[in-house]
Amino acid sequence: MHGTNILEEADRLMTVCNSCRYCEGLCAVFPAMEMRRSFSDGDLNYFANLCHACGACYTDCQFSPPHEFNVNVPKTLAIARAESWAAYAWPRAFAGLFARNGLAISLIAALSVAAFIFGFTALHDRQVLFGIHSGPGAFYKLMPHNAMAALFGAAFLYAIVALVMGVRAFWRDIGEPIGMLADPPSLWQAMKDATQLRYLDGGGVGCVNEDERPSDLRKIHHHLTFYGFALCFAATCVATLYHYLIAREAPYPWWDLPVVLGTLGGIGLLIGPAGLLKEKWKRDTDLVDQQRMGMDVAFIAMLFLTSLTGMALLLLRDTAAMGPLLALHLGVVFSLFITMPYGKFVHGIYRFVALVRHARERRMMAGGV
Amino acid sequence: MVDLSRKFDCLVIGGGNAALCAAISARRAGASVLVLEGAPKFYRGGNTRHTRNMRCAHDAATDILTGPYTEQEFWEDLQLVTEGQTDEELARHMIRESKDILGWVVEQGVRWQPSLGGTLSLGRTNSFFLGGGRAMLNALYLTAERLGVDILYDAEVLDLDIDNGMFLSADLKQGDGRVSVRAATLVAAAGGFEANIEWLKQYWGEAADNFLIRGTPYNRGSILKMLLNKGVQQVGDPTQCHAVAIDARAPKFDGGIITRHDSVVFGIVVNKNAMRFYDEGEDIWPKRYAIWGRLVAAQPGQIAYIVFDASVRNSFMPTLFPPIEAGSIAELAGKFGLDAAALEKTIADFNAAVRPGTFDHTILDDCRTEGLTPPKTHWAQRIETPPYYAYPVRPGITFTYLGTRVNKQARMLMKDGRPAANMFAAGEIMAGNVLGKGYAAGIGMTIGSVFGRIAGREAAQNARN
Ligand SMILES: Cc1cc2nc3c(=O)[nH]c(=O)nc-3n(C[C@H](O)[C@H](O)[C@H](O)COP(=O)(O)OP(=O)(O)OC[C@H]3O[C@@H](n4cnc5c(N)ncnc54)[C@H](O)[C@@H]3O)c2cc1C
Ligand code: SF4
Ligand code: SF4
Repeated sequence: MHGTNILEEADRLMTVCNSCRYCEGLCAVFPAMEMRRSFSDGDLNYFANLCHACGACYTDCQFSPPHEFNVNVPKTLAIARAESWAAYAWPRAFAGLFARNGLAISLIAALSVAAFIFGFTALHDRQVLFGIHSGPGAFYKLMPHNAMAALFGAAFLYAIVALVMGVRAFWRDIGEPIGMLADPPSLWQAMKDATQLRYLDGGGVGCVNEDERPSDLRKIHHHLTFYGFALCFAATCVATLYHYLIAREAPYPWWDLPVVLGTLGGIGLLIGPAGLLKEKWKRDTDLVDQQRMGMDVAFIAMLFLTSLTGMALLLLRDTAAMGPLLALHLGVVFSLFITMPYGKFVHGIYRFVALVRHARERRMMAGGV
Repeated sequence: MVDLSRKFDCLVIGGGNAALCAAISARRAGASVLVLEGAPKFYRGGNTRHTRNMRCAHDAATDILTGPYTEQEFWEDLQLVTEGQTDEELARHMIRESKDILGWVVEQGVRWQPSLGGTLSLGRTNSFFLGGGRAMLNALYLTAERLGVDILYDAEVLDLDIDNGMFLSADLKQGDGRVSVRAATLVAAAGGFEANIEWLKQYWGEAADNFLIRGTPYNRGSILKMLLNKGVQQVGDPTQCHAVAIDARAPKFDGGIITRHDSVVFGIVVNKNAMRFYDEGEDIWPKRYAIWGRLVAAQPGQIAYIVFDASVRNSFMPTLFPPIEAGSIAELAGKFGLDAAALEKTIADFNAAVRPGTFDHTILDDCRTEGLTPPKTHWAQRIETPPYYAYPVRPGITFTYLGTRVNKQARMLMKDGRPAANMFAAGEIMAGNVLGKGYAAGIGMTIGSVFGRIAGREAAQNARN
C-alpha cells in the first residue's frame, strides 16, 4: 500500500483521527486530514510537514498508549517528516546524510574548521595567523575578500539549489500545482502562520513538553532562534552591500549596522538554541523521534556555535586570537551552509510550503479561489 | 505524599468531570479536599475522557454557539427524549444552572472550540471542548492541583463506613493493602455500573455478554451498590441506559467514540436472519443515534448489519473499521454467514417498495417505502449499485441510569425520604434523577458539571457547620 512502514502507521492513525476528530481545533493537521477520506503517500508527507510537534494531540488523546488503539500522532508524524526529507534530498546520493546526521554534521564541521586553519597557515606564515590586525580590511589579511566571497557565495548557492530541488520533489509529492505560488493571499497567510508559529501553541495553551503542563518555552526559544538567525543573515547582507556598493570594509565599528544587527541576532542565537536544547532534553520521550535526536541536536548546536564563534570574534578581534577565531567562525558557518539541505534546517522550508498548501486548500474550500 | 491520617473536609470518590467539578468547587469554597480515582493516571477521568461536548442553555449566540438555546427549549427537548420520565423540579434547576456553567468551566481552565465546519449538527445547543474530553480533564486536573486539592490514582474505594445516613470513612486500595480515610463530607461521583457485565446480566440476562462497553472499564458501580445497600434511596429503571449501535469489531471496553456508526439512514439494517426489524428512517440525528443500541440488543445474538451500496459509500463520516465489501448481495451475506437467499429477498422487497423522492439526509425528506413492514419512512433509496457493503453492529453501552436519589443541593436522600447528613452525589451515579430514559447529546456533561459544582459547594459548607 504505502511506500514505508511509517507511512502505513500514519495512514492508520489518520483513519482513527478522521473518525474521531476531537483534535480538529488544535492545529492545521486535523482540518487538512478532514478534507480527505483516504490518504496517499504525498498526503501523509504533507500532514507530517504541517505538524509543528506541539504534542497537544498526544496529551489530549483518549487513545494514546497504553490504550490498545495506540495513537501517537506527534511521534509518528515526526518520523514520517524526517523520512520525507531524506526522500526529497538532492542529489539523491546525499539522502543518507539524514540517517546519521549528528555524526555527519560534526565531521563536516570539524573538517571545515581544520581546512580554514590549514588554509590560513598554508597561505601565510604563523605570524599572520597569530598576529594582531585591526582597522578596515583586517580579516582580509588572512583571507582575501574575494576568495571569501567566492567560497561562501558558492556554498550558499549550492545550498539554495539543493533546497529548491528538494522542495520541488515535495511539491510534486503532495500534488500541489504550481498555482500555489501564484496565489498571494495563501502565501501571505502562510507567512503569517510561519512567522508567528501559530500552530506551536497546542490550540492556545502552549506546547506540551515534559508532562501534561503546557508552556510557551519552546515557542519563545524558537522565535529567538529564528529571528536571531534572520538578523545575522541580514547583517551579512548589509556587510556585503557595504563592501560592494560603498567600499566600506569589515570589521565595522560596534555602532555600525552590520555589527548592531549581528550582535542582536547573535544574542538571540545564543539564548534561543540553548533554550531549545534544554527543552529537548526534558521532552517526554514518547513524543519524539529518538532516532533523529542527533539531527536536531546537531542543527541546534551548529546555530549556537555560529553565534558563539561570531560573538567571540567580535569581542576579541583586536587581539592575537582573531586569526584562529576567524578560522573557527568561517569553518562553522561554511559547514552550516553546505549541510543546510541535509539536516534539520529543511524543516522550516517544508513546513512553510505545507502551510501555503493548507492556506490554499482552505481558501478553495471557502470558495475564495 | 498525601497524608491519609488527617481528616479531610471533603472526600470525592471518582475522577471524572463530576468529581473534578465537585473537588474544585469545594476547594474554592475553602474546604480541604481529597480525590480518590480508582483508575491509574492514564485512565483517569472515566467516561469523561471520551466526551466531546456539553449541552447548556444560553440566551444569545456566542463565539462558540450559533444561536440562543433557551431554558424552555432545553426543557422541552429533555421532556421529549425522556417522555416525561424526569424529576421536573430538579431538571429545571439543572437547566437554569447550566447557563452559568459555560463560563464557570472556562474559569477552571477548560477551553471551548469555536464552532467549526460541521462534524455534528449541534452548533447551537452544544459547546465543544477544544481537544475533546481528555483535554478538558487535563485542564480540570491542573486547576485542582494548583488549588491544592489532593489527588490519588489507583485508589479504588473498597468500602464505605456509613452510619444512618452519616458518612464516616472510606477504605481504599493502596498497593496490595488497604487504608481507611476520614472526611467530614462525601461526594460520590464514581459513575454508573455499565462496565459490570455481571450486574447488567441481572436485568438483561445472557444477552449482556454480547454488549460492548464504549467507555472506561473502571465504572463497575461498586460505590453505587454500597450506597444503595446502606440506605440511600434508589432512582431510575435499571434497564435504562444510553446505548447505541457500534461496530461489532470494537474492543470489549473503552473503544470510545470512533466505533460508532451513523450510516443507518443511508441503508437498511437487518438481523441475523437477514430480516429488517425497525424503520431506519424514523428520525433525525441525534435521536435515531441513541435508539439503535436497544434495538440491536433485542435481536437474536445481539447482532445486526447495516447494509448499503456504493452510491452512498462516501456520504457519512469515515469510520475506524472499513465496511465489509462484496460484489453481490449473496457474496455479502456469505461473508457474515447470513442466508443469501433471505438477504436477497429482503433487499429485493425493499427496493420494490421504494418510492421516488428527493433525497436530503439533513431533513425528514420524502424518500420512503410503500407497503413494506417495517416501513422506511425517510431517506429510502434502492440498494442496487455494486459493490455492496455492510457494517456488523452490536449494542454499545454508554452509561446506565440507575442511581442515587438527590435533591436540589445534590444531597442524597435516604430510603425514608430524609436528606443524608453529609453525603452528596454528582454525575452518572445520579443521572437517573434527570434521565428516566432516552438521551439528548451532551447532557451527561451537564449533569456532572452542574451537580458536581453544587455538590462541592454544599459539601464545603456542610463541613464547616
Ligand atoms: C464514547 C462516549 C462518548 C460520550 N460523549 C459524551 C458527550 O460528548 N457529551 C456528554 O455530555 N456525555 C458524553 N458521554 C457520557 C459521559 O461520558 C458521562 O455522562 C460522564 O462522563 C459522566 O461523568 P462522571 O464524572 O459522572 O463519570 P465518569 O467520567 O465516568 O467518572 C467516574 C469515575 O469514577 C471512578 N470510579 C469508579 N468506581 C470507583 C471506585 N470504587 N473508587 C474510586 N473511583 C472509582 C472511575 O475510575 C472514573 O474516574 C459519552 C460517553 C462515552 C462512553
Ligand atoms: S489524536 Fe486522538 S483525540 Fe485527537 S483526533 Fe486523533 S484519535 Fe481523536
Ligand atoms: S503535535 Fe500539535 S501540531 Fe502536531 S498534529 Fe498534534 S496538535 Fe497538531
